[in-house]
Amino acid sequence: MSTSVAVSVRPDPKIRVQRVNIWYGAFHALKDVTFDIPSRSITAMIGPSGCGKTSLLRCLNRMNDGIRGFRIEGEILLDGCSTLGGRDLTKLRKRVGLVFQRPNPFPLSVFENVAYGPRVHGEWSRSRLGEIVEPALCATALWDELKDRLEENALALSPEQQQRLCISRLLAVQPEVLLMDEPCSALDPVATARIEELMQELKQSYTIVIVTHNMQQASRASDYTGFMWLGELVELDATTTIFTRPAQKQTEGYVTGRFG
Amino acid sequence: MKRLIGIASWFFPSLTGLCCLLILAMVVIILGDIALHGVQRLSWEFVTAEPRVGMTEGGIFPAIFGTVLLVILMTIAVVPLGVATAIYLHEYARQQSKIVHLVRLALQNLAGVPSIVFGLFGLGFFVAFLGSGIDAVVFGGRLTYAQPCVLWASLTLAVLTLPTVVVATEEALRAVPRNYREAAYAMGATRWQVVRRVVLPQSVGGMLTGAILAISRGAGEVAPIMFTGAAYYLPYLPKKLNDQFMELGYHIYVMTTQSPDVEATKPILYSTVLVLLLVTFALNFTAIIIRSRIRRKLRST
Ligand SMILES: Nc1ncnc2c1ncn2[C@@H]1O[C@H](COP(=O)(O)OP(=O)(O)OP(=O)(O)O)[C@@H](O)[C@H]1O
Ligand SMILES: [Mg+2]
Repeated sequence: MSTSVAVSVRPDPKIRVQRVNIWYGAFHALKDVTFDIPSRSITAMIGPSGCGKTSLLRCLNRMNDGIRGFRIEGEILLDGCSTLGGRDLTKLRKRVGLVFQRPNPFPLSVFENVAYGPRVHGEWSRSRLGEIVEPALCATALWDELKDRLEENALALSPEQQQRLCISRLLAVQPEVLLMDEPCSALDPVATARIEELMQELKQSYTIVIVTHNMQQASRASDYTGFMWLGELVELDATTTIFTRPAQKQTEGYVTGRFG
Repeated sequence: MKRLIGIASWFFPSLTGLCCLLILAMVVIILGDIALHGVQRLSWEFVTAEPRVGMTEGGIFPAIFGTVLLVILMTIAVVPLGVATAIYLHEYARQQSKIVHLVRLALQNLAGVPSIVFGLFGLGFFVAFLGSGIDAVVFGGRLTYAQPCVLWASLTLAVLTLPTVVVATEEALRAVPRNYREAAYAMGATRWQVVRRVVLPQSVGGMLTGAILAISRGAGEVAPIMFTGAAYYLPYLPKKLNDQFMELGYHIYVMTTQSPDVEATKPILYSTVLVLLLVTFALNFTAIIIRSRIRRKLRST
């Protein structure tokens, strides 16, 4: 029996996850997960600790590939093309970027942090890097705060600025999809609110998938919400539906705080 | 029972403190003795002139020159090799693979081999095997590299200090947080780009620490160079890689055991030991300065 539910087809899915199973060694971490991620929207993944949210996210840009004993079955399509077969991880990760739970800027200057991605993808001219860095910092509202501190070490910034910087760093490689793994868990409520605001702006041009432990955040900030439990995607639907009249008992129990 | 605990509470701290004092005392006594006796014959002439009259007169300049040359050549050989090995082991190789296991085992064993064995290895491998090979192939059988010389001596020392450099470098690589690497990979960086632009800048300080440890170790070794290049007495400085050379540690050994008049060499023996210590400190100090320069440079960019 599988409780996984395919979401009714929406127009223009950016990513299609089809019957994905993953294993870490003998441990079956994702079970038959199937869903679509609509373009230019925010999809939130919620669920109790250890249910496989991070694992799912990391499958989308193949960050799990290096792990010993990792195995994946099923299919993940990006714009209709398979992402699992190819050997070229660089191209995939350029299109599908990941923001980590803890802000992890490089111990380099603000400028160098944002320029890192473009450099990796072959952009060396300092002036052209400047043209990339400025809009990337503007997009996260960091430019005004930091335009005079571009040469300062990024580790000197506040945690919230660091997390914004990490988002800017990702935007600088001009991805299409942003994956965010609990991006606000290291931040205070004010900083969290500002990151959420930022997400609303970014969704005009990017497809965003966010993992969160914070149900208010999912209900406030996302268009679609998926509930995961023990490696299965129990239910995924419009956020208002999930939080007001979910189809599954387990989902209802979780969002009303009765378990999890 | 209570009393026992009471006694233990002052006895063990005092014991550990005493041990520290003992170590301090040993260092002070050794260094003090050397410095006290050493300065008597220390002079400008002593560090710039050649030995004369069966090494009872004159200076030790050739030995100072030889030591510095030897250590520099050794560093040039061992640092790239050790760093590359560590990078391969830590960044590229699959951790459970046979080859990694074997290389680690080899390094551990290498670290435990007595230094005289390195000397014999150097003689057998570098001088007799590689040297003869080079002579046969490149120099048409003319004796050029099939003899003890500064090149083979420094390479022998490089083999001796290789484990030090590899271990220190691996330590430095391990200290680079995983999330820096993940961040770079998540943006599509290749493995080499991650190593080159994230891992290396972060760990270069630790690598140079490895070089410093290697220098400390290498500069004091006599056994590995005895058969591979150090000379009893040479009236000239080494000018080519296949020249022999004088070295401070070996010179001390020669003066104490092989000189025609051991008693007469005693005063300058002390000074030579002092110079050996100073040269080792100077080499170390140079490496430390280079390291802090590089660190500062990395921090500012
Ligand atoms: N590298 C790995 N090797 C083995 N097992 C792993 C690995 N990564 C995750 N797992 C296991 O897979 C399961 C799902 O982990 P995952 O990190 O995806 O959960 P999560 O939903 O993100 O949890 P959290 O909310 O705590 O972040 C867990 O049971 C975890 O122990
Ligand atoms: Mg997680």
